Amino acid sequence: MQLPEGFVAVVKRDCATCEMIVPVLEQLATDRGLIVYSQDDPTFPAVSDWVVDDTDLVVSWHNQIETVPTLLRIENGAEVERIVGWAVEQWRSFTGVGDLGRGLPEHRPGCGSLSVDPTVAPGLAIAFGGSGLAARRVELAMLEDDAEAMFDRGWTDGLPVVPPTQERVMRMLEGTSRAADDIVTVVPPNLHEISVEKIAINAVMAGCRPEYLPVVIAALEAVCTDEFNMHGVLCTTMAVGPVFVVNGPIRHALEFNSGMNVLGHGNRANATIPRAVQLIIRNVGGGAPGGIDRSTQGNPGKLGLMFAEDEEGSPWSSYSEDNGLAAGVDSVTAFCAEGPHLVFDQVSRSPESLLRSMASQLLSANSPRLTMGMDAMLVISPEHMSRFAAAGWSKQRFREELDEILQVDADTILRGVDGIEEGMPAEFAGMTLPKFRPGGLQIVHAGGPAGLFSSILGGWLAGDKGSVPVTRQVIT
Amino acid sequence: MTTVLDPTSEVTPVGRERTRRPESLAGLTVGLLDITKPRGDVFLDHIEAAITALGATVTRYSKPTFAKPAPADLRHEIATQCDAVIEALAD
Repeated sequence: MQLPEGFVAVVKRDCATCEMIVPVLEQLATDRGLIVYSQDDPTFPAVSDWVVDDTDLVVSWHNQIETVPTLLRIENGAEVERIVGWAVEQWRSFTGVGDLGRGLPEHRPGCGSLSVDPTVAPGLAIAFGGSGLAARRVELAMLEDDAEAMFDRGWTDGLPVVPPTQERVMRMLEGTSRAADDIVTVVPPNLHEISVEKIAINAVMAGCRPEYLPVVIAALEAVCTDEFNMHGVLCTTMAVGPVFVVNGPIRHALEFNSGMNVLGHGNRANATIPRAVQLIIRNVGGGAPGGIDRSTQGNPGKLGLMFAEDEEGSPWSSYSEDNGLAAGVDSVTAFCAEGPHLVFDQVSRSPESLLRSMASQLLSANSPRLTMGMDAMLVISPEHMSRFAAAGWSKQRFREELDEILQVDADTILRGVDGIEEGMPAEFAGMTLPKFRPGGLQIVHAGGPAGLFSSILGGWLAGDKGSVPVTRQVIT
Repeated sequence: MTTVLDPTSEVTPVGRERTRRPESLAGLTVGLLDITKPRGDVFLDHIEAAITALGATVTRYSKPTFAKPAPADLRHEIATQCDAVIEALAD
């Protein structure tokens, strides 16, 4: 954008410093041929041929004006130097007018330029600079309701989504240092490559804030691995889906919930980040219910189930430390599971009793008639945890004592025993079987301060043939 | 007018499935879209007479210019007001 030769100022009326220096601007216009561009009022500072309307902010945007007033000197069509705000000596030496601004305060800071106002800057970037976004543009009709249009095109999970306009997607992309065209991973089931931009579009739709984007990326990376096996998780008829656990300081920075109602609703980070991942699986991967998603009954967690561990309230190592990361590292772990159900024990006061109580319910995870095939997650509440903490139990002791109890006499659960046809095959007769494979029980601490309830989330086919938990570091 | 970014893998067109062709035009509202090439209106006048005789109600539309796709608003208007549409080209 070509500026006139000589002195050029950019101002707005809604700036006390600009108002204050009107006499200065008038003097420079008369003596030095100053041209003034006005951002919010073409009659400010005067109705005159030296005042130019820049209410469309074309000049301000193209010249990277961040502060008003800005005074520039243009020579041979190019900017030589600029000063911002008001400092009397600076303006005098810049213009060579020795008596400039007599009687004015020595110094006043400027105000923010309208062209960098966060409410208009993304729009200007799109209008003048091109957004740099590659996704196909879809124009909605004037009479179409935006929210309805999202449903009509099959882009939602059954709840309304935020329409992913260019402005919103550009704001979302500010949440990561990664380039918009970076390919992050390949999304099952259709195995489409996905860029940071496409992730951002779906994150907007899910209701995420820009600072959530790195967690969305990490969670997506976790499920899009051979180990997690998202394709299998989708097309199984079992009622399972990814459940995400967040560890590290980012729990506080993004205000995740690790307390009251932790597995429920009401927290934006907990709710929207896993929803973004599920929308991506649907929209980019093509994994919609009734298509590749063949779940017989599904579970409400498939809308998105993510929660943070209460690390500070636990005397034990964190879940992510169990998964091999150092303490204090931001991470997301994806575990394939069905919906949670309660471990109801309001009476046990000793750790031994509570342990046996928990074990009795863990034995029924998925089915009391089956062992070793599936993992489970035990989410221990603070009040339950206090029983073990008060007795000085370590996590290792808890695990070891639990493993001893979680041994099943196969003869009691063989097919046909007790008149139930489901059960372990006859070849296991006479054996003692562990309920879970080694490392198959996931232990997390979370929940509100009161209530003698914990939760169990039964897993899916465990190990190489099914799904294993996958942890990914969150990189901002 | 809102423009949004496609959240999908973009391997399928954004357009939605076509509705099935009607078995009969009797009682239906049929839109006739003139793309505004010369004498298209003459052709459509004949079509209008013919399908009105079949029991259809006819509503006429025209594109602002034949050189560009029909605007989103016009497509939406036709989609919400008509059971079927015939787009006519004449030259």
